[in-house]
Amino acid sequence: MTVLSAVQATYVIAGVLFIGSLAGLSRQESARRGNVLGIIGMTLALVATVALALVQSERPWQVTAALILVVLVVGATIGTWRVRRVEMTQMPELIALLHSFVGLAAVLVGFGSFLTEPDSDTVHLVEVFLGILIGAVTFTGSIVANLKLAAKMRSAPLNLPGRNAINLGLVLASAGLFAWFLTASNAGADGAALVALVLVALVALALGWHLIASIGGGDMPVVVSMLNSYSGWAAASAGFMLGNDLLIITGALVGSSGAILSYIMCRAMNRSFVSVILGGFGTEPGTAATGEAGEHRETFAADVAEQLKVASSVIIVPGYGMAVAKAQYPVADLTEKLRARGVNVRFGVHPVAGRLPGHMNVLLAEAKVPYDVVLGMDEINGDFGATDVVLVIGANDTVNPAAQEDPGSPIAGMPVLEVWQARDVVVFKRSMATGYAGVQNPLFFRENTAMVFGDAKEQVEKIIQAL
Amino acid sequence: MLIGIPRESRAGERLVAATPATVRKLVALGYDVVVETGAGERASLPNKAYVEAGARIGERADVWSCDVVTSVNAPTGAELDLLSPGSTLVSQLAPATRPELMDALAERRVTALALDAVPRISRAQALDVLSAQSNVAGYRAVVEAAEEFGGMFTGQVTAAGTTPPATVFVIGAGVAGLAAIGTASSLGAKVRAFDVRPEVAEQIESLGATYVQAEGASQEVSADGYARALTDDQEAATQRTYAVESSGADVVITTALVRGTAPTTITAEMVAAMRPGSVIVDLAATGGGNCELTVPGERVVSDNDVVVLGYTDLPGRMPQHTSQLLGTNVVNLLTLLTPAKDGNLTVDLEDVVVRGMTLTRDGEVLWPPPPVQVSAAPAAGPAPEPPLSGPTPAEQAAAHRSRSRRNGVLAAVAAVLAGLAVAASPPDAVGHFTVFALAVVVGFYVISAVTHALHTPLMAQTNAISGIILVGALLQIGVDDWVVTTLAVAAATVASINVFGGFLVANRMIRMFRKGTPSGAAMTPGVAR
Repeated sequence: MTVLSAVQATYVIAGVLFIGSLAGLSRQESARRGNVLGIIGMTLALVATVALALVQSERPWQVTAALILVVLVVGATIGTWRVRRVEMTQMPELIALLHSFVGLAAVLVGFGSFLTEPDSDTVHLVEVFLGILIGAVTFTGSIVANLKLAAKMRSAPLNLPGRNAINLGLVLASAGLFAWFLTASNAGADGAALVALVLVALVALALGWHLIASIGGGDMPVVVSMLNSYSGWAAASAGFMLGNDLLIITGALVGSSGAILSYIMCRAMNRSFVSVILGGFGTEPGTAATGEAGEHRETFAADVAEQLKVASSVIIVPGYGMAVAKAQYPVADLTEKLRARGVNVRFGVHPVAGRLPGHMNVLLAEAKVPYDVVLGMDEINGDFGATDVVLVIGANDTVNPAAQEDPGSPIAGMPVLEVWQARDVVVFKRSMATGYAGVQNPLFFRENTAMVFGDAKEQVEKIIQAL
Repeated sequence: MLIGIPRESRAGERLVAATPATVRKLVALGYDVVVETGAGERASLPNKAYVEAGARIGERADVWSCDVVTSVNAPTGAELDLLSPGSTLVSQLAPATRPELMDALAERRVTALALDAVPRISRAQALDVLSAQSNVAGYRAVVEAAEEFGGMFTGQVTAAGTTPPATVFVIGAGVAGLAAIGTASSLGAKVRAFDVRPEVAEQIESLGATYVQAEGASQEVSADGYARALTDDQEAATQRTYAVESSGADVVITTALVRGTAPTTITAEMVAAMRPGSVIVDLAATGGGNCELTVPGERVVSDNDVVVLGYTDLPGRMPQHTSQLLGTNVVNLLTLLTPAKDGNLTVDLEDVVVRGMTLTRDGEVLWPPPPVQVSAAPAAGPAPEPPLSGPTPAEQAAAHRSRSRRNGVLAAVAAVLAGLAVAASPPDAVGHFTVFALAVVVGFYVISAVTHALHTPLMAQTNAISGIILVGALLQIGVDDWVVTTLAVAAATVASINVFGGFLVANRMIRMFRKGTPSGAAMTPGVAR
């Protein structure tokens, strides 16, 4: 048994562990086991790789070992430090940032691979080229997503004139560079091929930047899932160029994971994937935005407390506004108080609530809301009719009845939480402004809806005091 | 300004227009409050409680001569004479049926605001006494019926045999009707309900009752939010429904009031067809009654032993809560009329709510007000919902077919291209393609099973494992070319941040998910109301 075959065997085990890890994440009960399996798989893979790297080292092995040690220590320190500090509300930014790292690593590995064996066969060249292309798009795209989510960049779509033409132009430029790269490389002109490779990296960086900058903040759940997918494909393409099956397996798992998440998000918004990618949600002139305005009714925390006191079932519908106001703690407190009074309190979470798939669930879990009262849209939509009070906290488009009732609305056909069927609806909102989709919400003008204006956190705290 | 709260002079009236709780709010608005001695005693609200709330106790004449007088019932002749010119009266004045009262008020230059003439718009709901009082009346109607009915509302299974639940038929699903439906359902009765507006069917069913369908009987809400009289055809159809339903019911509760007058819903013949011992509660008795046998304010027993209750004081039978609700309506009105909260009343006729309620001012009769458009009524939709202009099921099916055909073609093209690419590759690359294809399929099935709640930890976890690109970078570190080594070191560093960061943050999130302690019924999701 050579070192290489032992390493290959370890990789197989690691690949299986990764699959088991993702399977474990399917339910809350087994999620922790899934995490541990992933860590074991990664540890095995790294130990095997370090061993292989030392055996194959073309320098004295001590140098290589020292470099690897430094790398791992630096990575572990930064990673741990960054993650310890992060707040759950900032999770979307962090995840986008981590995606960009995978993209960057794929680009660097691609160049490294080309420089190591510049005269390899065409298949390998194709793999190198694709790895760098996908990696670079992922890198800048994730950086933009990170900046938008962290509100360091305007979240509105960039909307350059002829943005589709720009995207198409960049793709065509990459195709041209691809042809040049192949011919140059096959002709033995390594210098020219390297230039082509650098140029394509630059083009792809620009493409990633422009692609994501053109997408509005409301579509970020799709974007982050999509970048998750890209980072997987980047890892898989690195696997192809290095002939490493573990990278291929893992990349494919991650790539399909992100693709499914994006698909789920798109379906939850009733938008096609292509229209999200081409960007500009909320830039359509809002057909219904000016129309159905009416009179809204304002209510106050003390009155809401009275309503809750006499309610027997309450559903809380959180949205991005809850995350912004960091209202999850008082909301959890309120839930606990009401449950102690015997009120049946549940949560209804729309798939695209927040800026990340499952974002609301994480925030509520952080505030120690038991996960078995946090239900998804399909599970809870039938129950609104038998509910006394619905508290809508910082959600807007996901509870808009226009999606079902107004075929001319920009969000027509999007599945929404049917909160208006409840006896009373209380909407917590900072103002009467429209949501990300820029669509007016007729829910606010319904007879059974009352509005509580102001910071959601303060208002919920006032309700708790009044209880 | 001074607000006067008189003791109601109508015989048997137990309500009062302010409770100590609402007096406190009036004082907070900057008013001084005088309460007639004994005003609240029939609602178990002693003088002392009012004094503690900040009011002064006064005599009858003091109270009626205040700047603002709020009462439950319209003033009698003697009370009218006590009102001072230029003062404001807030009361239930039934403007549609008592024009002579308005003239008398105008003559005394009193500004009269009718609590029972509030335009039905969302903003004004908080001051609409009819809505609040109807709710209370609907509840009490069921309680009265339960008292008269010689059986139990809920079905019982006992060792001595079983009894069926009572059948309650409610006519009209307005505020009172819905309250009656809810109360009767919660007592365990089998509730059937009818309303000429088919769009309330959903509300009826949401309270646990069955909506009774009547062919050809439907009605639209008029522009100002009150129900409208029916046409002859509709009338005939609804009459047939009433006859069938009432003959099978143990309790019939009628609530049909159209602008203060009560159309006949239950005729003498229908009563004659009902079972002995059945009860009819007529909530429209104030308008003359929906049942032909109703005598307003009285309990009547028909020849076939059917009890017809025409009580007009149902809200007054629960004086504590009803006074509290009524007093709150008054406070809400005065809040609207006192924008500066300085105890100075301003009647702003530009405001549609105030305009709608104002009957007289400066010696002029201002009733009826110009019509108010209810914003909600058109939105609630005319009776037959027009079909949405979206695609029909057939079109959708056709679109679906063409979409799946297109997807099939695309998949075939992709498969052919992938096949060609693989065929053109060297043998060892084919192995990699196989692994890749299988991993994508496995990934698809594994990820599809992940619950939505865990999608964020899933992303962190996949992030961590996609840091596996570290493996590639580590292998390049040992290459004898410093450029490659530098690139590899940089790649390995960022990738290892990913590995450590991703696993740690996924772990942090996963540990937060905890299950609720399943103790007590309230902890179980999906408990029935």
